Amino acid sequence: MFDIERWQEIFDTIRKNKLRTFLTGLSVASGIFILVILLGFGQGMQNGIEAEFKGDAATSIWVWPGRTTIEYKGLNPGRRIQLKNENFNTIQSYMGDGYEKGSVLYFPRGVKVVYNNDLLVYNVAGTNGDLQTIENEYLSEGRYINEADVRSNAKVAVISNKIRREVFADLDSPLGEYITISGAGFKIVGVFGEYGDDEGEEERIFIPISTAQLAFNGGDNLNNINYLLPDQGSLNETVANTDEFIKEIKTYLNEYHGVAPEDDRAIRVWNPIEEAKRYYGLTGNIKFFFWFVGVCTIIAGVVGVSNIMLIVVKERTREIGIRKALGAKPWGIVGMILQESIFVTAISGFSGLIFSMAILEVVGPNVEIDYVVNPSVNFTVAFTTVLVLVFAGAIAGFFPAWRAASIHTIEALRDE
Amino acid sequence: MIEIKNLHKSYKMGSNSLHVLKGINFSVEEGELVAIMGSSGSGKSTLLNILGMLDGADSGEYNLDNVPIKDLNETKAAQYRNKFLGFVFQSFNLINYKNAMENVALPLYYQKVNRKERQEKSLKYLDQVGLKEWATHLPSELSGGQKQRVAIARAMAAEPKVLLADEPTGALDSKTSYEVMDLIQKINDEGNTILVVTHEPDIAEMCKRIVHLKDGVIVEDKKVEQVRAEQYV
Repeated sequence: MFDIERWQEIFDTIRKNKLRTFLTGLSVASGIFILVILLGFGQGMQNGIEAEFKGDAATSIWVWPGRTTIEYKGLNPGRRIQLKNENFNTIQSYMGDGYEKGSVLYFPRGVKVVYNNDLLVYNVAGTNGDLQTIENEYLSEGRYINEADVRSNAKVAVISNKIRREVFADLDSPLGEYITISGAGFKIVGVFGEYGDDEGEEERIFIPISTAQLAFNGGDNLNNINYLLPDQGSLNETVANTDEFIKEIKTYLNEYHGVAPEDDRAIRVWNPIEEAKRYYGLTGNIKFFFWFVGVCTIIAGVVGVSNIMLIVVKERTREIGIRKALGAKPWGIVGMILQESIFVTAISGFSGLIFSMAILEVVGPNVEIDYVVNPSVNFTVAFTTVLVLVFAGAIAGFFPAWRAASIHTIEALRDE
Repeated sequence: MIEIKNLHKSYKMGSNSLHVLKGINFSVEEGELVAIMGSSGSGKSTLLNILGMLDGADSGEYNLDNVPIKDLNETKAAQYRNKFLGFVFQSFNLINYKNAMENVALPLYYQKVNRKERQEKSLKYLDQVGLKEWATHLPSELSGGQKQRVAIARAMAAEPKVLLADEPTGALDSKTSYEVMDLIQKINDEGNTILVVTHEPDIAEMCKRIVHLKDGVIVEDKKVEQVRAEQYV
């Protein structure tokens, strides 16, 4: 292996058979290249889809009312449903164990938000402290709405990063500033931000739910009830658990509001995990597909390398005969041919690997395709593939080389 | 140098067995130049292959420089070939992607001679056959006669005990043949033992001894007055 004379002999052979070496190398390098790029994009798609679902916590549930579409118990279809505080409280007392976080939203209508005599066009929403987790928001400054605020009908507000940028850019911190909502002054106590790229949800000003209902004639009306369910470990179990929970609250809400059980339009429920499951299933399939194509490419590469090795050995049968007549030992010949083929496949395999990884490194972070984010590849996987290819090339080269070396010298010399 | 006793060899051709060598007894002293003659099918190439350890005998004894040659595996045969024998073939058998010098250096590679020394030696032997200026040329750039001279230089480079030439002039015209024979005679003059297989009487006349083979047995073995090839060159 470290016989320098033999390496010189091998380099001589490679130098004088450039085309053959180049073609062998090209088939190996391109096989690895295609595989790495494919795997990279498979990973990129998965990253992209995961990023798409970062906006809300994956196990969240959103309930909002619509209109009935089916006549039920003497009630006409087309009736508008209004969620009440009581609904939220009942669910809390009967199914409080079923969820981790629960929150509500109330959007007061026709309110005017004013700061320094400027009218601000942002939405106001009443909520409680649990919304932060359900919406997957982070705090940039100060604090979020909390239980005490809700209990004491505090006049406090939490604004988004976007609002701070647009309205309070001149100030070091908006904390402690007062905004006027329909005549009432609210003190800013916190600034939040949204994960993901959903800037639309950063348009809102949150105030305590009790204050919102009290100050803006909300009564006990709610626009939205939201929950965060526990993660059950596996996706399928979580989905099953979520479905069960949704069924229960729907049954209760339908009954409370006099909605026909088969009416899907009156109480609307959205849960991202259902969609996430579909997309994850899709990415799983796409990944499998990429793997399949990649493995086929590798197989094609192996077949190509084997083919070239067969031809190389066939072409060199006479040379092998000559070398044997001049005193080469059979194992020496096999070893030399193998060493050459392993050297060529390893060098070209790794160049393909380095080249494709470099492309992924450089181009990957700049890719701007929907649902593809930062395509990258697991180095160990790619490295193993190169080794597999080199090994397969060696195996493929060994048998013809061994056969050629054991051919009777005279027959090898007669080979035309 | 070479001693052969009661050598037999047969080839299987389907269900038939073809008895090619039927008891050859034959010995060669050091420094001899022997021509082995016979029509095609007489067994002369088979004899040479056995002498060259490229093929094994079925029965009989073969001693080369007092070393008994029998039951050789490929590895052992390769070692002996490299140590004892130099080959010259009718079809030259040069490696086509190696230049003249590298071809001559090849047996030295298998003798584990280092690269520098290989180059020096192969240049020396190329000089002896008059092709020093052609050292960097590929076989495809050489004429038939030149190729055979490179092959002879290669065979000599390993400094073998015996040089085996199988129809060395078979692929050459007469003038070139005589040049090659002249070279072989000169190598023999330096004391090397050489066996030449040929079916051309004029080539055989240029050796010192002619062995006639017919149907697998030696029918005639005579010393001859050597005709020098020089006068025809």
